[in-house]
Amino acid sequence: MNVVTDNKWIGQRTIRPDGVDKVTGRAAFAADTNMPGMIWGKVLRSPHPHARIKSIDTSKAEALPGVKAVVTARDIVEFPLDKSVMLGIQDMRWMCRNVMAREKALFPGHPVAAVAATTEAIAAQACELIVVDYEVLPWSIEIDDALKPDAPILHEFNKFEGKVSNIAGRLEVKKGDIEQGFAEAEVVVERSFATRPVHQGYIEPHACLISVGADNKTTIWSSSQGQFMVRAMTSLLTGIQQSDIRAIPAEIGGGFGGKTIVYLEPLATMLAKKSGRPVKMVMTREEVMRATGPTSGSKSTVKIGARKDGTIVAAQGTFYLQAGAFPGSPIRGAVGCSFAPYDIPHVLSVGFDVLSNRSKVAAYRAPGAPIGAYAVECVLDELAEALKMDPLELRLKNAAKQGTKAAHGPVYPRIGYIETLEAAKASDHYKAPLGKFQGRGVASGFWFNAGGESSAQVNVTEDGNVVVTTGHPDIGGSRAGIANICAELLGIDYRRVSVLIGDTATIGFSNLTGGSRVLFASSIVVTQSAEKVIQTLRERAAKIWEIDPEAVKWENGAAHPVSPNAGQFEPLTLAELAEKAPSMGGPIGAGVQLNTQGADGGFGTHIADVEVDVDLGIVRVIRYTAIQDVGRAIHPSYVEGQLQGGVSQGIGWALNEEYIYNKQGKVDNPGFLDYRMPVCSDLPMIDTIMVEVPNPKHPQGVKGVGEVPLIPVMSAISNAVYNALGKRFYSLPMSPPKVLEVLDAPAPAQAAE
Amino acid sequence: MAKVHVSTTINGEPSEFLCEPNDTMLDALRGPLGLTGSKEGCASGDCGACSITLDDQLVCSCLMLAVESEGHELRTIEGMAKGDRLHPLQQKFLESAALQCGICTSGMLVASDVLLRRNPKPSEEEVRFWLAGNLCRCTGYDKIVRAVMETAAEMQGAAQ
Repeated sequence: MNVVTDNKWIGQRTIRPDGVDKVTGRAAFAADTNMPGMIWGKVLRSPHPHARIKSIDTSKAEALPGVKAVVTARDIVEFPLDKSVMLGIQDMRWMCRNVMAREKALFPGHPVAAVAATTEAIAAQACELIVVDYEVLPWSIEIDDALKPDAPILHEFNKFEGKVSNIAGRLEVKKGDIEQGFAEAEVVVERSFATRPVHQGYIEPHACLISVGADNKTTIWSSSQGQFMVRAMTSLLTGIQQSDIRAIPAEIGGGFGGKTIVYLEPLATMLAKKSGRPVKMVMTREEVMRATGPTSGSKSTVKIGARKDGTIVAAQGTFYLQAGAFPGSPIRGAVGCSFAPYDIPHVLSVGFDVLSNRSKVAAYRAPGAPIGAYAVECVLDELAEALKMDPLELRLKNAAKQGTKAAHGPVYPRIGYIETLEAAKASDHYKAPLGKFQGRGVASGFWFNAGGESSAQVNVTEDGNVVVTTGHPDIGGSRAGIANICAELLGIDYRRVSVLIGDTATIGFSNLTGGSRVLFASSIVVTQSAEKVIQTLRERAAKIWEIDPEAVKWENGAAHPVSPNAGQFEPLTLAELAEKAPSMGGPIGAGVQLNTQGADGGFGTHIADVEVDVDLGIVRVIRYTAIQDVGRAIHPSYVEGQLQGGVSQGIGWALNEEYIYNKQGKVDNPGFLDYRMPVCSDLPMIDTIMVEVPNPKHPQGVKGVGEVPLIPVMSAISNAVYNALGKRFYSLPMSPPKVLEVLDAPAPAQAAE
Repeated sequence: MAKVHVSTTINGEPSEFLCEPNDTMLDALRGPLGLTGSKEGCASGDCGACSITLDDQLVCSCLMLAVESEGHELRTIEGMAKGDRLHPLQQKFLESAALQCGICTSGMLVASDVLLRRNPKPSEEEVRFWLAGNLCRCTGYDKIVRAVMETAAEMQGAAQ
């Protein structure tokens, strides 16, 4: 374990740069700004899960006093179906049809038109005056229904194995020879699992405010996980060139992956362009739930074989994930991550991307990985039981380590998975006694983590302080981490460092806030920028002292001669050098833009204790410990916060959250009352143990931390419920009606082999 | 529809505004009054991001009609700090990292303030049940509950 003790700011629990704004109500989120002359936009949405749009008549809406513009699919750039145009992982063929239905409406809530009017009320009234002639079609939402031979087909052009199908893709990860592997196994456990679609549940609904000049110069104010993504997608979908679009990142009120694509911005841009007025659009919670991405519901089968001594010899997984209306479910995460914590000689992991008449999925915290891990980690629990092994011992025996070749490709560098297992085993929590109807479960998880493009600018102000600009929306405290790093490198108090998120016109391209990449990637470019600034400062001091720059060192916020031999000079502080800057070569600052490399994957192990109310079927989490290899905790509070927040989302996914559909194929619980996310009284304190195995390819040892903590939760809780009740659950959520059903059932559905 | 004129007191200041009869208090705060610290997460009283006080009672401003504020006293997040002096809860939230994205923070602070005025020494369970109407999706509530309890302990200490 790496415990660096000589850092002044790295590892400190400093006050976040945006903190005061957020505790006083000053922080400006997406819906918090207005512009002079602003009007309001509203979206007309399909009431049908599946319908051909024969015609749209907007004339009555356009004639309504107060209406300033109406847009339909005709106003959005069309990407023909036969040619893929990718932006990151998003195919613009699907994006252009997701933001506005073209040939067909594919889910209830699918936009078919949008109106801008002087008030929200008039815009809503105008939507009701739009006449859409729908040819209502049969639909399917559940995976089983979408895969039936006679299932209604969402996209007639989509073929799988030569036939028109709702399977939009297949992904396979393979290592060794799976048949040979199972032939070597002495104990085999095979189980099938199901999960429901769950929403990211950010509290801030999608919103934007957009102004377009007659010369196409466009200002977008919106909250997203990437202002450059907003600019690029809006450009592609409206035809306005990127250099004419200035996308300003508002404070973002939660995203968790769900704000990595656009919904409103292209519509508001076209409404603003047509009306000549700034247009504000804000989704209702119901619109968020019906029309923005939850993550996939799933069906999985996992089979794992081991020798009697606990050595796992073969593992096979088949994962079907709901994509919703357009291809793109996160099968990569399910297929690639599920077996990644283990050193298994024979692996076959296959995923299928299944279309259905439900809103298009959006990324959700380690997309796909929690779904896969739920199945795998529950099977491992049964395997441990069959082998009469402690579940942590089984994992330790098979844990991936440096040099392990993962089925999804890489040979691992030094990783900290074993350390998380050992920390779990050594924890007080793991040894604590349990009471009646209480149980304990463990599970692990892996996420790839990401690097990618980032830009930063570090400027010294005239009074000798520092302004850092980066290009990533700060979703969980990344500005606080950057302030710590910059203060450390420059040797000044962190309060002298302001960290800002630039807009697309003021900072270079920076990829999405996603993939647990932000602190990893932005601290690389900030470090390199700060190093350039320090080099300039040394050169300035050398010039003043008339000595060689190599004879100057930067320490504690000031230039010093490297040794008495270099000369006897009083240190020159940052403030003194800033003051002398005009006469010594000009402003001091540096920017760096990189496609950052070297992101190491993240591993975590969780311990969950539950207590089951056997009369009411309520499962309560009574104690929880999340252990993770975090690389290096630059700001420990916000690392802990990532772990605690991920666990909380997982508890919701495990116990309550699910999309419930009515007989008309519409979401029946599109609000926070019935879509039951954990509230404060549902949860215990969430303990964390941060294992620090620094990433050697990163200047501060940073590894991504944000996504791993969701992955093990559902299986840890499921295993704990089994431990409490002696009955296993094979589907989520383990909500009271389902728990009572299992408790009342005469025998377990799937007996252990 | 003619707008309604409303006279009320917000954060100790007499305030007047015009609103539609069906506007919520949250609409009026965020619109004509320009107090956007109160947030709309659901408009159905489920998330608590719009929490304010009406004559010292904690309410969801999205569930209250703007016209109902006539003659009453409202407090919002904007009135919590005294000038540049933060309320002890605000300071503790900052120090304890009891916020991540910040969208729920206004409501959490307003609700916590009402709790501590009614119950200066709440147990963990009392804090958890009092804040059960304020959704936070980022933090898992751990640091929020701790911040409220630590503030209570410090305010008790300071009062003695």
